[in-house]
Amino acid sequence: MPIETLKETASQTAGPYLHIGMMPAAAGITGRRKQPGNTLVSAETQGTRVRVEGYVYDGAESLVRDGQLEIWQANAQGKYNHPADTQDKPLDATFKGFGRALTDFKTGLWWFDTIKPGIVPGRRERPMAPHLNLLLFARGINMGLQTRIYFADDAAANAADPVLNLIELPARRDTLIAKRTERDGKVVYQFDIHLQGEKETVFFDI
Amino acid sequence: MSNKVTELYIARDRSMHPPAYAPEYKTSVLRSPRKPLLSLQQSLSEITGPVFGHEDLDPLDNDLLHNARVDNDPIGERIVVHGRVLDHDARPVRGALIEVWQANAGGRYRHVNDHYIAALDPNFSGCGRCITDDSGAYFFRTVKPGPYPWRNRINDWRPAHIHFSLFGRAFVTRLITQMYFEGDPLLPLCPIYNAIPDAGARARLVAPLDTAQTIALDALAYRFDIVLRGTRQTFFENSPGSF
Repeated sequence: MPIETLKETASQTAGPYLHIGMMPAAAGITGRRKQPGNTLVSAETQGTRVRVEGYVYDGAESLVRDGQLEIWQANAQGKYNHPADTQDKPLDATFKGFGRALTDFKTGLWWFDTIKPGIVPGRRERPMAPHLNLLLFARGINMGLQTRIYFADDAAANAADPVLNLIELPARRDTLIAKRTERDGKVVYQFDIHLQGEKETVFFDI
Repeated sequence: MSNKVTELYIARDRSMHPPAYAPEYKTSVLRSPRKPLLSLQQSLSEITGPVFGHEDLDPLDNDLLHNARVDNDPIGERIVVHGRVLDHDARPVRGALIEVWQANAGGRYRHVNDHYIAALDPNFSGCGRCITDDSGAYFFRTVKPGPYPWRNRINDWRPAHIHFSLFGRAFVTRLITQMYFEGDPLLPLCPIYNAIPDAGARARLVAPLDTAQTIALDALAYRFDIVLRGTRQTFFENSPGSF
């Protein structure tokens, strides 16, 4: 007999009105003083500025326009702002590493203004290529979907990344790699999420 | 070489959660991944996560009776919702950020996309936050949300519910769920609630009336305890950052 422990509380969909609780200004509720948003950086934050943006598509290639994305990332040195990260690397006091974005009610576009994270050691010291940890919530999603965003111009690091290498088919691996573009002299990474179908994004069970 | 004890989170028991594809909940049909999830061992990216404190909150965040007040208290049954956030070993999860959102007493959300005919309440936003104390306890006060119809099958109604979003100690413990109310006759009819296959897991989302915490002549109380994934300790003879 396995030892009995408490069971994790069951997940339920965040529903179409998730913004009320998590991004109230988007719902039309004013007055919140502090609220995580999709700009993770201030003028003092160290690191290379990047914009990461994209769309979320359902199984009929329709846009998801009522969802929310969350990212969690290391700073430019590859250090997470959390006590479990005991690496001897500096924290950046101006950088928490957490952001939230909605998929726009009209266009479906989501975006984050952040910095490119540094390399973080994975299991047994194998370096993990720079990545953003991503969680997606929306109506119709019964449990938040987890994945990662990697960066296309880190080709060598991506090729050696221990997580990407768990994905056997190269085409599936590519679903986690954001394409690098430039717009008005600014670096923009494009990352589309496909919930279903031929281009289905790789999601994790962690 | 240093001996390092690292805490990893116990695996998620997916039989306690609704599957991604739950056809009675129609929106899930096109929004459910169909390929197998990639099983991943935890690394620093997963056992860390954002930490929040009271400095991140506004003073009235846990008082939905007053945090959107214009000229009166909101209409509806005044209630206190309270409970504890625990891990699988019943240890308190301290400092967990809880965000809640809900419809008003008439079943209408204050959201630009909700067009239900029930009236908005000018004194109620349905938006709140709190952080658990050292014993894992939290509380907020609000009005009991109303049930409302929704576009699924033509006569589907959501039971009264409050949405809960939780940050525990790490990104892998992140959880969004809904709290329901004891005795609601709409529960057996709800395809979202019933997408959870396990009867015990469903029952644990239903908050019982808690007369011990009722505020006499003021507000009823409901108790909702929440369990997040807990850790186990693992030895590794390795340098920091590797496990």
